[in-house]
Amino acid sequence: MTEEKPQIRVRAVRKRFGRLEVLRGIDLDVKRGEVVVVMGVSGSGKTTLIRCLNFLEEPDEGHVEVCGREVACGAGRSRERSSQIRHIRTHVGMVFQSFNLFPHMTALGNVTEGLVTVKKMPKREAIVLGERMLARVGLAEKRDEYPSRLSGGQKQRVAIARAIAMQPDVVLFDEPTSALDPELHEEVLNVMRGLAADGMTMVVVTHEVAFAREVADRVVFMDEGTIVEEAAPAEFFARARHPRARSFLRLMQHSDPEGGAAAERDGQSLALGGNH
Amino acid sequence: MWDLFVRALPLLAEGIVVTIFLGTTSFALGSAIGLLVALARLSGIAPLTAFAVAYLSIFRGTPMLVQILLIYFGLPQLGISLDPIPSAIIALSLGVASYQSENFRSGILGVEKGQREAAFSIGMTSWQALRRIIFPQALRIATPTIGNRFIALMKDTSLASVVTVVELTRVAERIGSATFRYLEMFVIIAAIYWGISTVLSIGQETLERRMARAF
Repeated sequence: MTEEKPQIRVRAVRKRFGRLEVLRGIDLDVKRGEVVVVMGVSGSGKTTLIRCLNFLEEPDEGHVEVCGREVACGAGRSRERSSQIRHIRTHVGMVFQSFNLFPHMTALGNVTEGLVTVKKMPKREAIVLGERMLARVGLAEKRDEYPSRLSGGQKQRVAIARAIAMQPDVVLFDEPTSALDPELHEEVLNVMRGLAADGMTMVVVTHEVAFAREVADRVVFMDEGTIVEEAAPAEFFARARHPRARSFLRLMQHSDPEGGAAAERDGQSLALGGNH
Repeated sequence: MWDLFVRALPLLAEGIVVTIFLGTTSFALGSAIGLLVALARLSGIAPLTAFAVAYLSIFRGTPMLVQILLIYFGLPQLGISLDPIPSAIIALSLGVASYQSENFRSGILGVEKGQREAAFSIGMTSWQALRRIIFPQALRIATPTIGNRFIALMKDTSLASVVTVVELTRVAERIGSATFRYLEMFVIIAAIYWGISTVLSIGQETLERRMARAF
């Protein structure tokens, strides 16, 4: 296993927005089937990092290699490079904080859109696969509903179905529960647990401590644009070494003495959440 | 007035047909040009953007009447002679395109940024994202202003009368000058224009309601 090439390989990635350096030299490997949870306070660069993995954000410097394909960073836009980036995107699914479902398409339409338009799959085949994906997130009966008629949790589950319908090698989650009311978190997290159990490679930016503890193979803690700590969840939550990680965890625990998922939700509304 | 109306009816009917033809043709052409201008403006490619800005400035900044006169009476001096109806259609199309480009542009800009990102995240090209995701939503956003522009254009077709196109207004002028009953004739065509506009605005409302229901 250790000898296998990582699905994602990030080296010395830097990214600045104007004068603000958001990523200051990131190295990260994600192996096949691994679930990596990225944590950190707002503004630590975690969202920018995963957006760099499918080039929604262009790294200024460094190397990003996804599924064995490397795309030069900071190389401007050529036709060849654009098609490389698109190729990577078909192998890397993304789930957004605010769902970003296509409002003019039904749930099934959202899920089959990429199959038909990008993968040129025959419509009938796409519908069969799309229905299977909706069933997988527990929304088979909502296939003909428009997003406006779905709850937040249902929308995010359709968004997950849309991402996995492309049969990606990796799925990126950008704070998938942060825009949801607390009582809707579990239905989304359960779908993600299912994906992880099926061996999907996942990179998840989240504040959900219970999820990280239970599902993650590794927790990556970011602070001011660098990865300051990387550990198995049991170790990270029990004895994080970096002072910023420790104060972050203290804040989390303060919000709920019993720990677990409920703690995290409160922690979010307290101080840490809403990383936009 | 009734006798006059009955006698004028065959000519009025022809006028209505020409008016509607001018309006719909120019609207279709103008919308197509307007979409291209809007895309040029949003392309981020400097010369295209500059062209679009100049286009908008010139055609929105000058009267449509002057544009029609220029094409019909001015271009022959450069050796380009066009018949009245083509002249009118070209002028009206170019004019309405400037407004439509702004309608399309604001519609496209009105679509949430996350929509483009979601489209890209499943591997779409910019063109696929525009066609499948952005444009259908932009069109819905822009439907009210596009509808208003169509109604305005229907009335602007009366400008074609100055270059001898026998549309509704020209018909009224002709019959008026032959019978000296200008008052009645212009009241009649005013009523007809009003009728056309009303039908269009009912259509617009229905369309808006339908679109609101779709999602």
